[in-house]
Parts: sequence; structure tokens; C-alpha cells
Amino acid sequence: MLKKVLIANRGEIALRVLRACKQLGIKTVAVHSTADKDLMHVHLADESVCIGPPSPTESYLNIPSIISAMEVTEADAVHPGYGFLSENADFAEQVENSGFTFIGPTADTIRMMGDKVSAIKVMIEAGVPTVPGSNGPLDNDDARTLQIARDIGFPVIIKAAAGGGGRGMRVVHDEADLLSSIHVTQTEAQSFFGSGICYLEKFLENPRHVEIQVLGDGRGNAIHLGDRDCSLQRRHQKVIEEAPAPGIPDAIRAEVAATCVRACEQIKYRGAGTLEFLYQDERFYFIEMNTRVQVEHPVTEQVSGVDIVREQLLIAGGSPLSYKQSDIVIKGHSFECRINAEDPATFLPSPGKVAMFHAPGGNGVRVDSHLYSGYTVPPFYDSLIAKLICSGDTREEALKRMEIALDEMLIDGISSNIALHKDLARDSEFRKGGVNIHYLEKKLKL
Amino acid sequence: MDIRKVKKLIELLEASDIAEIEIKEGEESVRISRGSSSVQPQAVTYQMPQAAAPAAAPAPAAAATPSAAPAAYANAVKSPMVGTFYSSPSPTSPAFVEVGKHVKAGDVICIVEAMKMMNQIEADHAGVVEAILVKDGEPVEFDQPLIVIA
Repeated sequence: MLKKVLIANRGEIALRVLRACKQLGIKTVAVHSTADKDLMHVHLADESVCIGPPSPTESYLNIPSIISAMEVTEADAVHPGYGFLSENADFAEQVENSGFTFIGPTADTIRMMGDKVSAIKVMIEAGVPTVPGSNGPLDNDDARTLQIARDIGFPVIIKAAAGGGGRGMRVVHDEADLLSSIHVTQTEAQSFFGSGICYLEKFLENPRHVEIQVLGDGRGNAIHLGDRDCSLQRRHQKVIEEAPAPGIPDAIRAEVAATCVRACEQIKYRGAGTLEFLYQDERFYFIEMNTRVQVEHPVTEQVSGVDIVREQLLIAGGSPLSYKQSDIVIKGHSFECRINAEDPATFLPSPGKVAMFHAPGGNGVRVDSHLYSGYTVPPFYDSLIAKLICSGDTREEALKRMEIALDEMLIDGISSNIALHKDLARDSEFRKGGVNIHYLEKKLKL
Repeated sequence: MDIRKVKKLIELLEASDIAEIEIKEGEESVRISRGSSSVQPQAVTYQMPQAAAPAAAPAPAAAATPSAAPAAYANAVKSPMVGTFYSSPSPTSPAFVEVGKHVKAGDVICIVEAMKMMNQIEADHAGVVEAILVKDGEPVEFDQPLIVIA
């Protein structure tokens, strides 16, 4: 069991990790930038260390500073949260080389999944369904590239191997545009990600985004905790997530989940992870794997009864998985609304002082947030300020709770997207379930 | 029990790290504890205690470091990194500076060690060393005031 964990993150996820540590009796160290000294988890942690000025590069992304903080506090492990250094293989490697535990997979696994081309290879070997594509990097042989695209069938999408999360992509509808589009994408990828390697995939016109949560013990054992639907997105940023994904035949769900477990077993995956898929016409297509805890993990926690962050801490401490696959039963339904500090019209961030924060409550209502009345949202980081998670025995019951809770929720002093969520809760297509990844942007343009 | 004695006990408590004192004199006893009866978050910070805790929380947590007016540290050289403070170049050498010493801008005044690398910290302005705020071997964080140069 870990004794002292340094939390290398901020905001709501840092608070989430702190709570899980406390639950297990693990001491906590909160590292923070000068702008974040009043974060809730910093006040609650056993120890805190200021690691740099507001800029993320000099603080939350500052590897020497964080490792130094681990040394002076004698922490034995670091939890990287999500974003920042959570999928930085160099960081994981340096942590482990310095004699500490990185709460997450090994550096090699992070690298393997960070390279989208190698990730797809691993999945194909495990029998995970993938998108028809080049199944490898594109080279300078234009004739070969054109043939690959013809075999896939237009439209195709060009993706950067070092990209991910919606970045470094370009859709091509006409064969005439293919080669020039590839060159542009390669140049962009080289400058953004440091690698111009690209690959091709079939472009699915109206898919849903469905992902599967997994846990591995690092010794070849793995389980899944069911799926989530995250199709409601704006510019590749998720807005509302739900578990389980509605309207998918159980046999298809179970089959794909089993392939995910097999992949994790084969690579001896350690920790929590998520395999992301596009789902269209009752078929799953793997796109990428995230080797960290995700923002939307609470909806899976609500319907599976598993505390994912607790499992991360136990796995990192060397414990076996707390559950067998047969222990996992998905019951009920859960939604998560990502509440952002943003202008409702322009979606631009809206930092500033929260004069009053009032969280909703009651049966089936969970709020994961670092906000408190009087807290000032700094302008240097992302705008996520709260997650409202509503659950019920049925999708309808959970949705009703969501409507009621959104009406109760109050964030005064800054702008937030609560009004957007209220609108979405009443949206007839969303209420039916199964909207695709283009739905929200189409709705917002109207 | 004499009210003056009780007052003295309160002063004793306030001036120290003690959380609670209980004194028995024959049949009489008095117990004085710090803060409210709810559990206080005991945040050990490596810098000076912060300003108000969140509005919702009770009295500020009892920090391990002594409190002092932040304004006095306007002239302090602050740590540019997280690490361990050393006042001399080696355990057997004399300290770089002591209170009262005149320094020029650029003079090395202390070392902050991070990940086995000794980083020499220089005075950013000339003046007289007024106070050395950190003990030799103590951990320091980014922006922590180290040495006050008047």
C-alpha cells in the first residue's frame, strides 16, 4: 500500500485524488503553482509545495520541479491526474528511474499507446475491431498511398500518428485532394507534435463516440467496467457523457468489451485505461487508447459501483485487482455534465471570482468540483470547474434528476455553461438517446 | 483557579505549537484547546501561512511555521525552485552570508539543491543581510522567501 502520494495536478481531479487517498489512509502532498495556492485540495492536503509560477510549462508540466517536490516531501508515488503529464512517457520514466512509483502504466505502454500507429497494431493483434485504414504509416510512394485510399473508400481521414484527442486530422472527400492534403497534414504534424508521420483511416460520417473503461494489474490480469457514450461534443471537447451507452445490443457490447480485456491482458496493462471507439451501424471501430483516468470516470463509478481512483492507488501499491469480471454488474444509468467557466455565447473562458457557489444535492446527485464561494478561477488553465453527475435506475430517471439538479445549481460571479446543459437536458433528440458526434455542433449552429 | 493563571496559560498556548493544555490543581482543573472543536485541516506548508482559508472553513489551520508580517519580506530573495536550502557550500565550510553582512548584486548567498544538483542562488540587489528565513537543510518551495537583504 502506498504511504504518501504527490498529486501532480490541479482543480477537480486533484481533489478527487486527494479524497481517494484519504479514504485509503494515504498521506497527500499537493503541488501547485503560485496562482493555485487557494485550491481546495491544497488547503486539505497534509502537505503542499509551491512548484512554480502560473504558467503550466513552469509548474504542472515542470518535471524537475515535481520530482524535486517528491524528494523533499519523501512521497513514494505520484498521481498525474488527466492532461498535463499523465500521458508523458518521459515523465513516467524519470519518476520510476528516481525510485518513485508512477500511478499509471509503464513508460513503454504509454509510448505504445501514444503512437497511434503502434496502438492500432496492438489492437489488431488482440482482435479489437479497428477502422479500415492504411494500418501503418504513409510513405513517399504516392501510387501506394492512392491505392490504399481507394481500397478504404472515400471519404478518408488523414491522422497524425503523434496526435490524438481530435488534433492533427484532416478529412478528404475527393481523390484529387488526397496527396496535397496529406502533405499539409504532415507539415502541421511535424510542427505541432514533432513527428510528421501520418496514417489513413476510413472516415465514418455519423458515428457515435463510445468508450470502454478497463483496469489492469500489470501482471496480465484485466477487467472492463462497461462502456460510456461521449458523443455530445463541441470541437472535440466532450460536453455530456453517459454510462452505459444507450441502444447498443448487449451481445455486441459484451463482445467488444471482451476484446479490450484481451488486449490489456496481452500487453500486461497496469492501471486504469480507456479504449475509445467510433460506433456506427452496430459496429465498433477502435480509434485510440487513453492510458490515464478520464474526466468522465464518475459515470462508470456510479453504474458499476467501482471506485476507479481507489483502484488506481491499490494497483500502484502492488495489490491485485479488487474485482473479477463476474463481480462487475452494470446497474442503472448515469450522466455527467461538464460545467465550464465560459461565456455562454462565445464559449470563451470566463475566469474570475465565484461570489457564490451552491451545489445541488439529493439522491442520485453527485458534484465533483473544487469550487467554493469566494474562490477565484484563475485564467491560466482549462475552464472545467465542476462535474454534475446524476444517476438513476433508468436513463429517464437519471435525466430527470439532471434537469432538477441543473435548476438548483448556482455559480454566481462568473459565466458558466449551465444554461447550455439545461437546454441539452430538454433536447428531444438527446433525450431519445444515441445522437452522433456531429449533433451538438449542428444544433449550436442553428 | 486564578484568572491570571488562566490568562498565562492561554498566552503559553498561543506562543507555542501546543494544541491543548490541561492543568489540575487539587480539585480544580482547566483545559484550554486551540481553535474550534471541529477537525482542523492541518496543512503543513513550506511557505509562510497563506491568507484566508476558504470562506466555508473555520479558523485557519495551525501551520508548522511561525507567522510574521508578509510585508517584511518585500526585500527577500526568493527561491526559484523546489529543493533543499543550504546556507554554506559544504557541511564543513562557513555560511555564505550571515546577518549584517554587506552583499553586492550577484554575490552567492545560499544554495538550493534539487535532484542532486547544487544551484547557487545570487543576491538580486545590493544591501545588508537582515534575516535568514530558512534553516540549513530545510526543504523550500518555489517563490519561498529565503534571505532578506535590506
